[in-house]
Amino acid sequence: MNGGLKTVGNGGQMSDVWRMIGRRLLFGCLTLFVISVVIFGATELLPGDLARQLLGQSATPETLAALREQLGLNAPAPLRYWNWLTAALHGDFGVSMANKRPIADLVSARLGNTLFLALYAAALAVPLALILGVLAALWRNSWFDRAANSLALTSISFPEFFVAYILVLWLAQSGLFPSMVRITPGTTFGARLYMSFLPALTLTLVVTAHMMRMTRAAIINLLASPYIEMARLKGMSPLRVILRHAVPNALAPIINVVALNLAYLITGVVVVEVVFVYPGLGQLMVDAVTNRDIAVVQAVALIFASAYVLLNLIADVLSTVTNPRLMHQR
Amino acid sequence: MRGEVLLTIRDLRIEGRSGDTWSEIVKGVDLTLHKGEVLGLIGESGAGKSTLGLAAMGFARDGCRISGGTIDFDGIDLRKASEGERRALRGKRIAYVAQSAAASFNPAHKLIDQYCEGPVVHGVMARDKAAADAVELYRRMRLPNPDEIGFRYPHQVSGGQLQRAMTAMAMACRPDLIIFDEPTTALDVTTQIEVLAAIRDIVRQFGTAAIYITHDLAVVAQMADRIKVLLRGVEVEEADTRSMLAAPREDYTRSLWAVRSFARPEQSQATGTPVVSVRNITAGYGTVDVLKNVSFDIHARRTVAVVGESGSGKSTTARVITGLLPPREGEVLFENKPLPPSFKARSREQLRQCQMIYQMADTALNPKLRLRELIGRPAQMYLGLKGRALEERVRELLAMIELEPDRFIDRLPGELSGGQKQRIGIARALAAEPKLIICDEVTSALDQIVQEGILKLLDRLQSELDLAYMFITHDLATVKAIADEVVVMQSGLVVEKGPKSEMFRPPNEPYTDLLLSSVPEMDPDWLTRLLASRSGQA
Repeated sequence: MNGGLKTVGNGGQMSDVWRMIGRRLLFGCLTLFVISVVIFGATELLPGDLARQLLGQSATPETLAALREQLGLNAPAPLRYWNWLTAALHGDFGVSMANKRPIADLVSARLGNTLFLALYAAALAVPLALILGVLAALWRNSWFDRAANSLALTSISFPEFFVAYILVLWLAQSGLFPSMVRITPGTTFGARLYMSFLPALTLTLVVTAHMMRMTRAAIINLLASPYIEMARLKGMSPLRVILRHAVPNALAPIINVVALNLAYLITGVVVVEVVFVYPGLGQLMVDAVTNRDIAVVQAVALIFASAYVLLNLIADVLSTVTNPRLMHQR
Repeated sequence: MRGEVLLTIRDLRIEGRSGDTWSEIVKGVDLTLHKGEVLGLIGESGAGKSTLGLAAMGFARDGCRISGGTIDFDGIDLRKASEGERRALRGKRIAYVAQSAAASFNPAHKLIDQYCEGPVVHGVMARDKAAADAVELYRRMRLPNPDEIGFRYPHQVSGGQLQRAMTAMAMACRPDLIIFDEPTTALDVTTQIEVLAAIRDIVRQFGTAAIYITHDLAVVAQMADRIKVLLRGVEVEEADTRSMLAAPREDYTRSLWAVRSFARPEQSQATGTPVVSVRNITAGYGTVDVLKNVSFDIHARRTVAVVGESGSGKSTTARVITGLLPPREGEVLFENKPLPPSFKARSREQLRQCQMIYQMADTALNPKLRLRELIGRPAQMYLGLKGRALEERVRELLAMIELEPDRFIDRLPGELSGGQKQRIGIARALAAEPKLIICDEVTSALDQIVQEGILKLLDRLQSELDLAYMFITHDLATVKAIADEVVVMQSGLVVEKGPKSEMFRPPNEPYTDLLLSSVPEMDPDWLTRLLASRSGQA
């Protein structure tokens, strides 16, 4: 009835994936462009400007005008936006108006620290969340499931700073871990891990619940499928049914929730960084806002936005390549 | 020919949960199966066939529990055995073939990987040996390209092929017993034959015992040595296939036979202006033409059955008539006046004249609306009925479809049986007071007894209301029952059209003959004879 076998090779499908990645990249760039306009526009709306901030309350209108001229604050907004954007695209975010250092230098060291903390927390949280999620699905409605769920919900329900202070109270006051993170260029990797443990643990507690519950729900959602019943009727063990038959079909929602939480680990750490005096982007952002250092605020906001866009792009691509129905057309 | 006893079930009771209460769905059934024997289990849905079949594996679905009786498989008491012991039997000594292979294969893995899983995990053979064995069984199941088909994902393989691949997978560990749970119910008649023949051959080659579950008597007659009839969890009777077919003892069994005898009297010839004329329609999706130059007429008080296997363009024709798919060429006339190609350009009056009833009443009714609104809405929208007049009309329509208005008007679709839901679909179409109703496989998802009720209702409504029906179906028994004219479609072309009496009398187009000869008959030798005659021709 059916003639020749359609080619099983996936050469054609690979090029589809590349095309999809290209299209998503294009949309990502478009999104970033829109975000850059929003960031620039929002900072324009802030009351006061850097000239007033630098000169203080006693400045005369003449000195203010002269300084504005010198800083280029008088040019029309679209022109200043254009200059800022083209420079930023070349990696030049300008000079911090508060301390006169190039923003690129200022940011890169901080970005490294933030990424380190994010990866550290992710390395703890993602495996923990996935394992707990799979086990909760395997032993659903058991005491383990209930305990894991209530613990996860408890930890997600407390504000981050509260979790952070509780950990400081328990683990730092006894001297086990430092409550402040002081990273210098000479700090060894091991020392960094040790010093950053409490902020990483705080973040882990905050993001694990979301990923765990999504993993559990995505798996349980599939357990009523005929192919799960088939696997059980083939005599497969419950763990194998979940790992081999349910998880591969639950990957798309799991990947997306992991990506969302990774993005949060980069961009949402402001409070945790402030509590532990961690020299990351979040703290830089807070300082810059207090100082009206608009250029730094813009640069950091743009980096945060890029992290979101990039991680979502990666999630989309991974969801596609792990789905045979999208990878291997009929 | 009977070997030793393989499976003995005594006084089996299974309970199902609805809400907080447990009620018995299998009420004390006995079953004995010998090695190499095929037992047919037959009954309407809700008879407990699948539940009983699964219990033979010591398995109960979520929400069910085995509450009494014994299940003895080759000396092993499956009720007393531990879950681990039962697991060691499943897939290895007792295998299962599900109704929908498309849903029962895991979409994330290739067919051959799913084949090899059982033998490898049960320690029957190593992976590379299992893979070689898979190819051999694919060949025996007469799958095209047996060397390569295993490397495809389920979505890349057609339904009939998947069903054969699933039977091959069930054979992987050479089990002593296979449970076939309605393996061909979802297939076309032409595909069904290939699958039935392949299953029968392989079961005989390996001397495997089988429980074959179906609601189709003609199918079970081909497959089974013995037949057991179930009704609401109780055995009605059991006998050898031939003696049961020749002389069923119980009234209920006889009523199962009788269903296929419903046929309405032949109508007079078509006269006057056709209600709808389809003229030289060519239509499709993307660049592919699904319909090629399709033409036919539908007259008032007449039923035109459109038949063909899936993918032949039946439902696409309905989409063109209703304006959901504007055709590339050709036109649709309503009482000799052309209709705008797209429903968006049609007037409300034009839309009202043509209504549809769908195959899956479950998904075609909004689960959040009460019947009052479900049926009332078209009456309100097309005819402007309000208040008391609307209420009266809804009650009248409920009475027409033989559902008591007082009891049903405030129910939700979830509170109805499958047949009742389909009746609501009919009432909703009638509410618009159309001249043409398109019925898209409206009885395919229903039991034969429920089917008969729906067909009789449609027939009565037609003569009362002068309706024209376009009846899309792949079931030729339904065509025999209610059609006046038949349009046979294959790959988007009309192969043959004419009055029913001509269609069921030779000579016919070869494709029509193929369809006609593929309808299973109530004769245990039918499949054997048919295969012999077809191979003789080839």
